Amino acid sequence: MNLTLKIWRQKDASAKGQMVDYKVNDISEHMSFLEMMDVLNEQLVNAGEEPVAFDHDCREGICGMCSLYINGEAHGPDRGITTCQLHMRMFKDGDTITIEPWRAAAFPVIKDLVVDRMAFERIQQAGGYISVNTSGNTQDANSLPISKHAADEAMDAATCIGCGACVATCKNSSAMLFVGAKVSQYALLPQGQVEAADRVKNMVAQMDLEGFGNCTNTGACEVECPKGISLDNIARMNRELMKAAIK
Amino acid sequence: MSGFFKSSIGRKVAMALSAFFLMFFLIIHLAVNITSLFSADLFNELSHFMGTNPLVQFGLQPVLIFGVVFHFVMGFILELKNRKAIGVKYAQNNGAANSSWVSRNMIYSGLVILAFIVLHFIDFWIPELNTKYVLGDMSGMHGADYRYFHELVEKFENPLRVGAYVVSFVLLGLHLAHGFTSAFQSMGVTAGRKKTLQQIGKAYSIIIPALFIVIALYHHLNPHH
Amino acid sequence: MALDSRVPKGPIKDKWTDYKNKINLVNPANKRHIDVIVVGTGLAGGSAAATLAELGYNVKAFAYQDSPRRAHSIAAQGGINAAKNYQGDGDSTYRLFYDTVKGGDYRSREANVYRLAEVSANIIDQCVAQGVPFARDYGGLLDNRSFGGVLVSRTFYAKGQTGQQLLLGAYSAMNRQIARGKIEMFNRHEMLDVVKVDGKARGIIARNLITGEIERHSAHAVVVATGGYGNVYFLSTNAMGSNVTAAWKIHKKGAYFANPCYTQIHPTCIPRSGDYQSKLTLMSESLRNDGRIWVPKNLEDVKAIREGSKKPTDLSEDERDYYLERRYPAFGNLVPRDVASRAAKERCDAGYGVNATGEAVYLDFAAAIERYGKEQAKIHNISNASDAKIYELGQAIVEAKYGNLFQMYEKIVDQDPYKTPMMIYPAVHYTMGGVWVDYNLMTTVPGLYCIGEANFSDHGANRLGASALMQGLADGYFVLPYTIGDYLADDIRTGKIPTDSKEFDEVEKEVKDRIDFFVNNKGKKSVDYFHKKLGKVMWDKCGMSRNEKGLKEAMVEIKAIREEFWKDVSVPGGANEMNPELEKAGRVADFLELGELFAKDALTREESCGGHFREESAEEDGPQKGEAKRNDKDFAFVSAWEYKGEPADAVLHKEELEFKDIELKQRSYK
Repeated sequence: MNLTLKIWRQKDASAKGQMVDYKVNDISEHMSFLEMMDVLNEQLVNAGEEPVAFDHDCREGICGMCSLYINGEAHGPDRGITTCQLHMRMFKDGDTITIEPWRAAAFPVIKDLVVDRMAFERIQQAGGYISVNTSGNTQDANSLPISKHAADEAMDAATCIGCGACVATCKNSSAMLFVGAKVSQYALLPQGQVEAADRVKNMVAQMDLEGFGNCTNTGACEVECPKGISLDNIARMNRELMKAAIK
Repeated sequence: MSGFFKSSIGRKVAMALSAFFLMFFLIIHLAVNITSLFSADLFNELSHFMGTNPLVQFGLQPVLIFGVVFHFVMGFILELKNRKAIGVKYAQNNGAANSSWVSRNMIYSGLVILAFIVLHFIDFWIPELNTKYVLGDMSGMHGADYRYFHELVEKFENPLRVGAYVVSFVLLGLHLAHGFTSAFQSMGVTAGRKKTLQQIGKAYSIIIPALFIVIALYHHLNPHH
Repeated sequence: MALDSRVPKGPIKDKWTDYKNKINLVNPANKRHIDVIVVGTGLAGGSAAATLAELGYNVKAFAYQDSPRRAHSIAAQGGINAAKNYQGDGDSTYRLFYDTVKGGDYRSREANVYRLAEVSANIIDQCVAQGVPFARDYGGLLDNRSFGGVLVSRTFYAKGQTGQQLLLGAYSAMNRQIARGKIEMFNRHEMLDVVKVDGKARGIIARNLITGEIERHSAHAVVVATGGYGNVYFLSTNAMGSNVTAAWKIHKKGAYFANPCYTQIHPTCIPRSGDYQSKLTLMSESLRNDGRIWVPKNLEDVKAIREGSKKPTDLSEDERDYYLERRYPAFGNLVPRDVASRAAKERCDAGYGVNATGEAVYLDFAAAIERYGKEQAKIHNISNASDAKIYELGQAIVEAKYGNLFQMYEKIVDQDPYKTPMMIYPAVHYTMGGVWVDYNLMTTVPGLYCIGEANFSDHGANRLGASALMQGLADGYFVLPYTIGDYLADDIRTGKIPTDSKEFDEVEKEVKDRIDFFVNNKGKKSVDYFHKKLGKVMWDKCGMSRNEKGLKEAMVEIKAIREEFWKDVSVPGGANEMNPELEKAGRVADFLELGELFAKDALTREESCGGHFREESAEEDGPQKGEAKRNDKDFAFVSAWEYKGEPADAVLHKEELEFKDIELKQRSYK
């Protein structure tokens, strides 16, 4: 199939960017979206032009590196996948595809479609851990039984890949699904209880400091999340913070 | 605790708390108004009680005013903050693919409701305050009858006002369609996402505004005096 | 230089304990005067950085992605082995040790493997304490599954995302130390060379991938944990950015490179669909527990299927060749990875491949669905269940077990694997070879350490499933933090290493010159062009089976590609900006050298062992005819290569392998 691509090009963080049109031809429907981008870039390199910079790494939907806002949706029109798992069969010959970077004040553009997600790092550093030394001198793993339901639910929250689609898709650029998922993982496990109050306070404070917006419960994040992280995690975080405030 | 209400989540919770209060108030207001459909006397008596009882006037009324003002001011503050959080806008954004129109446009339904409340204040509340506290007439009488029912009917004669009234309540319905369950979610009640509560929310957001509209239309179509 | 593996004396089960009791320690007050650089922050690097920081060292950690959480350890699906014996099925440290050495086809170092087995149980304790949500049974205790090549259930897992959860655990431990200021994290930085001062590793030169700035970083020791080099094949299950650069650069600065030809080719990957393919996707080996692998018996059927005039489901049982069950009746579809991979290649080379590229075999779940369906019908007391009902019941069980994999397959291939058999083909997955290290995980350069997949030490010629995660975390959490202290104890009075020395000047200049060359070499061909060309030679001649002629050709061809690359590569953009093409160019340049050494190593090893299959070394008769033939008499050694300018000139050093606690046996899965 032949396609027209409208892609955001921006030289660096301080430069002004704009949408630029490109044509790609003979795209196979079996290609992944990023392979289509590879074809474009090969074309550009061969023409001596600078290829389009975009983040990607594992190309199997788990590293969370790839982003891209495709035709107005985070990770494109399919569900439960990252951009690297999006296939060209979702498009048809002659389509025009708009490709933009994640947009959020807290995710400034570094170059073209690459954004800076360090805000996520700093939120994790504010409390996304259990303060246990890695010396190995811990108690036996089975000395602390954890209900299967709690473990499964914690796993569902922990499955977040930190890609930032939730922020990108939110009309308020809110990071609450991301933060809620981490808070929930530990809130659901007995190991996380000791620091629960400090953790949620510190992570939320850092989230606010980074300039993410507030949640208005539109639920868009849950729909676009490649890992299907549930909105329940935001409710749980709200609860945890209320509990922490009362303490 | 003060730190809590300065946080994003704290503000969300405050929005939800004020919303709960306003939703409760709507039911009381409706309960009074609805009596006007079948008994002018009952409506008059209830109105007089509400309008003159010191507990209501000096206890509940300020709370209500605070609730209304707070919900709006906080709503605007959050909206402005959220807009700032976005930064550059998308060239193409397909919000309809992942969320409902009402959930994305609470500010607009809210603004219409605000405009309506201003109108409502001018129509009812300011004359009421004027009569009672400026002119000092606490009798509630207009000639030999209570004035409340009479005033109500009079206001609904104007089709423009009724039109504005209807539009506002439709938007209130939409506001509630998202707001009802959203408030539960903000309060950390995952039940807000369970079917039962969603259905209750749906029912609430349709029935309450619809009854207000019925009252307005009824009086407009039945100018009985 | 003679290789000294520094394995402690004494009985194998006491070596590690005795060693730990005797090594030098650095007192806590002195640790804060010592800097350690950790390059790569996957499972091994991340866990090492966290633990070293916790001990009190000042750690500088480097990752080329924007966060340690993105390292490719995250993609490991199946699980992590540990000799916990929670299932009471007779597991023990010795058994895990034994299985690992046997699985590695007797080409690993006994003492290292025993230590790995010894610390394995502790990893699970550690991870649970960190909040890793491992799967549990209804009693609340940890669940286990079994994995290929072993007879016990010792694999701990978190859904199909064990690597992710373990990496996030290490990442969270790192975050704690970053917040405390004990780790300085350099995201989007790539190490481009190591700096030696007085023969010791004392720092690195790194490029800031956002600004292009070349930075000098000094430390008292450098740890390289940069993963494997599977991307030398261009197509592999590795991440796009996975590369050999750090490992290769330290090799060129004096670290020996061991067994580069040991590569694991994983049998259950999604086949290539066209030339545009950028990477291959692995599906967990656990699929082989229920899937049956086959190709059509008749070439006419193959042709019909490729043309689309026949569907696989049209073929009767008689028309199918379940070649693994035919060749290996005892293990059937559950033969080890290398055996399954070679068997698929054998069929496809004979023309039986079932997709357009001719490189795919079927993995069929119909029999499993029917079996489970019947079982369920019995459990639910449904008599005379219809075929449809049985199918429905069976599908539910298969879905519960492999639902996420089936969904992934459907997203990629656009076929419903419940209705038509999956197509699979082997793909490069893991590299057992790597930088040579001694018992302390130190390379042949003092103060330079190598851990995780980047080193060679524990898996011999073939790695068992669920052992990569175990090794990464063992190295990082429990081994390196001890062994490095022994070395650093001599550095407590050294003081900060200055970066304005001539050694740093020189290496920085080399790095800058190379970058300048790339951005100024206005060639005609893209980096990927050369990478794909290299990949094809590697796959065709250094792939699942190798022979002398092919390997010799490969060496010549790779050298030619390398020469062409340096003449004609085109790298658009500048040096002082984010430039992904420039990053790729540097990595491919190193792959082009490694590839040649790889072929040379494979050529030298005139035996078949584990992932390395030499056609000249196969059983000639008897029941094992055609199977791999190991040669313990001549090849029970580690090949450690010393860099001498050109890859072809590399000098071989042999570390003889002694097996005192395990009897060497030929593997048989018949």
